[in-house]
Amino acid sequence: MDDSKHISPPADQPASESRREFLHTFSLAAPLLLLGLRISAIEALAAEPDAAYNAREHYYGMGIDVSKCIGCGRCADACKNENDVPREPYYFRTWVERYVIGADGETDVDSPNGGIGGFASKIPEKEILRTFFVPKLCNQCTDPPCVQVCPVGATFATEDGVVLVDNDYCIGCRYCIQACPYGARFLDPRTHTANKCTFCYHRVVKGLLPACVEVCPTGARVFGDLRQHNSPLARFTRFNKIMTLKPHLNTKPKVFYAQLDEEVR
Amino acid sequence: MTQQSSRLLLVAVTLVVGLVTARHFLVPKTFGQRGHYRAAAVDAIEKLPIRYAGREACAMCHAEIVATHSKARHQSVACEVCHGPAAAHTESPGEIKPPAPRTRGYCPLCHGYDPTRPTGFPQIDPVSHNPVKACISCHNPHAPEPPHVPEECGACHGQIARSKAVSRHAQLACVQCHITPEKHKVTPRLVHPEKPRTREFCGTCHAQDARSSTEILRIDMQSHNSRYLCWQCHYPHQPEGD
Repeated sequence: MDDSKHISPPADQPASESRREFLHTFSLAAPLLLLGLRISAIEALAAEPDAAYNAREHYYGMGIDVSKCIGCGRCADACKNENDVPREPYYFRTWVERYVIGADGETDVDSPNGGIGGFASKIPEKEILRTFFVPKLCNQCTDPPCVQVCPVGATFATEDGVVLVDNDYCIGCRYCIQACPYGARFLDPRTHTANKCTFCYHRVVKGLLPACVEVCPTGARVFGDLRQHNSPLARFTRFNKIMTLKPHLNTKPKVFYAQLDEEVR
Repeated sequence: MTQQSSRLLLVAVTLVVGLVTARHFLVPKTFGQRGHYRAAAVDAIEKLPIRYAGREACAMCHAEIVATHSKARHQSVACEVCHGPAAAHTESPGEIKPPAPRTRGYCPLCHGYDPTRPTGFPQIDPVSHNPVKACISCHNPHAPEPPHVPEECGACHGQIARSKAVSRHAQLACVQCHITPEKHKVTPRLVHPEKPRTREFCGTCHAQDARSSTEILRIDMQSHNSRYLCWQCHYPHQPEGD
């Protein structure tokens, strides 16, 4: 039968020769394959930086106590200083919103220049039912919609749970700005790339607090490691009733609000 | 090896080599090291300059001010809230001096009265509160204290005192409504001050026939929600009515 040729090699071609041929081909292809697939272990060993900071040991989050916010806008101002955010009143990585729920049940939300210059009173006091300030920023979602939609992989979540933008590879298509349910992104008018809160990643890796947390005069903002059991953030999440923004979207934000009103979106 | 399979192998090898070569040139160098992104982008972000040094850095040189500040009411207010980002100052302290706000414009950003601010946060009306005078001429910004000795009750009941201070009841002494035994000051948890118990107490000022200033709001004690006590609707330390 002809098939027997494939099962047992013919007498004139010994088994060792076809094996040698295979090994020869493979020995040429294997290094190329490895090069292409970049076996991460090998490269990671070679490219690991000075190893002072290990992103895998951290997982960051922020707590915001709405009842402590006095609406001074120092956070929004400090954020612009620290992160070189354009000063024009359209670009914010963090900002403070004022909610005024009127006696008629209508909710009025405003944020003049992100709250940096203070809030002028708009509604007569006796027409107010309840009112409060809400600091907003990127929620650093565990399942970030902005990362899902990026067509070039230029926005991503780091191992320590911070959503960042790769400035060199962002093509400025604005999909992520559309996808963010919290309005936390903007297109930088200078670079034409997406820009957003980084939790002050450059500070955090050096053990400093984000600029907004550093300057918050009332401690309304708490920053910390969610994996630690004795951080200010752990205490915050243990002793407060916590809400996140738009929980129905399953983005699983890592910015936790205490004393949040149902009117806040 | 048959002719067909060797050709097939050639095609496969060409495809694989082509793909691998294309990937090598198209995929960014550090892509995929830590995840589906360029690790070099994270390193670049890590290297961004720091502008806010943090209060610990200030304490290294300005120990004297920090010693005062850390015990005072402004202890939770970081240096750079008022003095601005100071990382450049920490690097060349002689040449770059952080500014200090000395005018009336800055303090009301936190302390100007705003109904949206949390109840009890110390606030003033910037228009009527000692006009023209700079805040720092009476208040030391590093250790702000009221320029006079605090009212006796406000020393402990600060939040209530601060709410009352910006309310229509600002001029009322606490003891006008709360009869306070002297012993309350010594053993505050054993001896309690009294609280008003009846509607008629509020009526001594607010009833139609009360003998009080005509500017005070009047209500008809009989028809005005007679089944409730006044403080079930109105917060006496910051009454909202007009």
